[in-house]
Amino acid sequence: MISVAGISKSFGNKKVLDDVSFTVNDGEIFGLLGPSGAGKTTLIRVLTGQLRFEEGDAMVMGKRVSQLTGADKKQFGIMMDDFGLYDRLTCYQNLRVFADIYGVGDQEIRTVLREVELADAEKKEVKKLSKGMKERLRLARALLCHPKVLFLDEPTSGLDPQTSNEIHEIIRKRKDAGTIIFLTTHNMTEAEKLCDHLVLLNEGKIVEGGGPKELCLRYDHQKRIELVTKNGETISLEMNRDNAEATSRKIAEFLKEGKLQTIHSKEPNLETVFMELTGRKLEV
Amino acid sequence: MREATAIFRKQVLDTRKNRAVLIQFIMFPIMTIVMSNAVKVDDIPEFFYLKLFSIMYMAMAPIVSMSAIISEEKEKGTLRALMMSNVRPASYLAGVGVYDFQCCLIGTMLMSKSCGLDDGPWWKYLCVIMLGLVISIILGAAVGVMAKDQMAATSLAVPVMCLFSFLPMMAQFNDTIAKVAKYFYTQQLYLALSDINNVKIGTEGLIIIAVNAVVILGFFVLAFRKEGLSNE
Repeated sequence: MISVAGISKSFGNKKVLDDVSFTVNDGEIFGLLGPSGAGKTTLIRVLTGQLRFEEGDAMVMGKRVSQLTGADKKQFGIMMDDFGLYDRLTCYQNLRVFADIYGVGDQEIRTVLREVELADAEKKEVKKLSKGMKERLRLARALLCHPKVLFLDEPTSGLDPQTSNEIHEIIRKRKDAGTIIFLTTHNMTEAEKLCDHLVLLNEGKIVEGGGPKELCLRYDHQKRIELVTKNGETISLEMNRDNAEATSRKIAEFLKEGKLQTIHSKEPNLETVFMELTGRKLEV
Repeated sequence: MREATAIFRKQVLDTRKNRAVLIQFIMFPIMTIVMSNAVKVDDIPEFFYLKLFSIMYMAMAPIVSMSAIISEEKEKGTLRALMMSNVRPASYLAGVGVYDFQCCLIGTMLMSKSCGLDDGPWWKYLCVIMLGLVISIILGAAVGVMAKDQMAATSLAVPVMCLFSFLPMMAQFNDTIAKVAKYFYTQQLYLALSDINNVKIGTEGLIIIAVNAVVILGFFVLAFRKEGLSNE
């Protein structure tokens, strides 16, 4: 379990985390959704003990972050964008370095390579790998220590949809095995697909939190029905709990008169929820 | 210990394909072997090339290779990954430092044996070189820790390396330089090897070397406290 209570962190005069609080339960995929510069990576650094914070309290696996020992930290799998790979070494050799550090055997390296579907590329030098393969190797490195908590910082950033889906599948399998997944992303589709629970972070502050569907329902006043008539006119109708009946009647009238060409339901998603709350786009 | 061994093994694998570092280890041994065997000049002192190149090698190779290895790891973020895998800075530096020391020592052994140095003076010669290697490795580590990336490391390492490695050579031709050079450990170690069959370091030499070692260690500690091992 991870629990964060009122954490604040500043770099100079700039407050990058401002009174951040949330809880992540065991076996849950928790998403931290926000645009670039929102404070997502800083929060991972705080929770993994890379950065100290000024105010608040943070517990990971039942221990205060400041009291985590080396042995505790070896139970974290961390995949961050700025954690490099050894370009001149092969995939296997890269994992071998970390396996030696963790005291993990050869068998485990092969298992993890198979899990991320890099078994065929184990003798390939990292500099010859595609971006997607490098990301999978980074993920393999994070998985090597049998982590109880997996911190993933934008794991699919800049990847093609197929590779992203493959990475999502690996993450889901690890979740099913009981690992806590702490994920940061600015990709709302990824957050909607993967996360059990998420918080929206903007300029270091949590602006909203909940399950992805729950969040969208909470903002269902944004739901709109778009009608395109046969003469090309587009009519946009608001659809929420208060006016559902009136809107339905209007649509029924159009249908009765045979004027409609198409009907589209434009439901709120995390992007629109975030936009409403902050006035900013997520994927910035 | 396990972490240091892992770093050492990584370094063995990596250096085979890292020409920039590999060349530091093999350039001077090759030059010494070639010059000692191919260039025969009358009146040249015995083991002239061995003495000269040993000191240059002792100062250049560890400074350049240590700073290059550390700064590359900082720049590419592999050092951050290691630190987050709970590798302690001391283990990392020990792994890289021992590897560097071993490579330079093998190079020195090759140079001296190929020049035909007898076993008796050879051991004393090795002790002198090992002493210098340790100091140079700490200096190289300090430069690597201070630099944010490889380019910064090169621009720092080159003048430092030139200062320490070329002073003994220049001191032979200029008395004023010799007066300054005597305060550097490389010059003292060069003087200790001046009669290679009878290696000796006087009290003054030992004090100067010890002061150099302490100053360089202090420089390393300062750099480490200021910059740490991973770019943040």
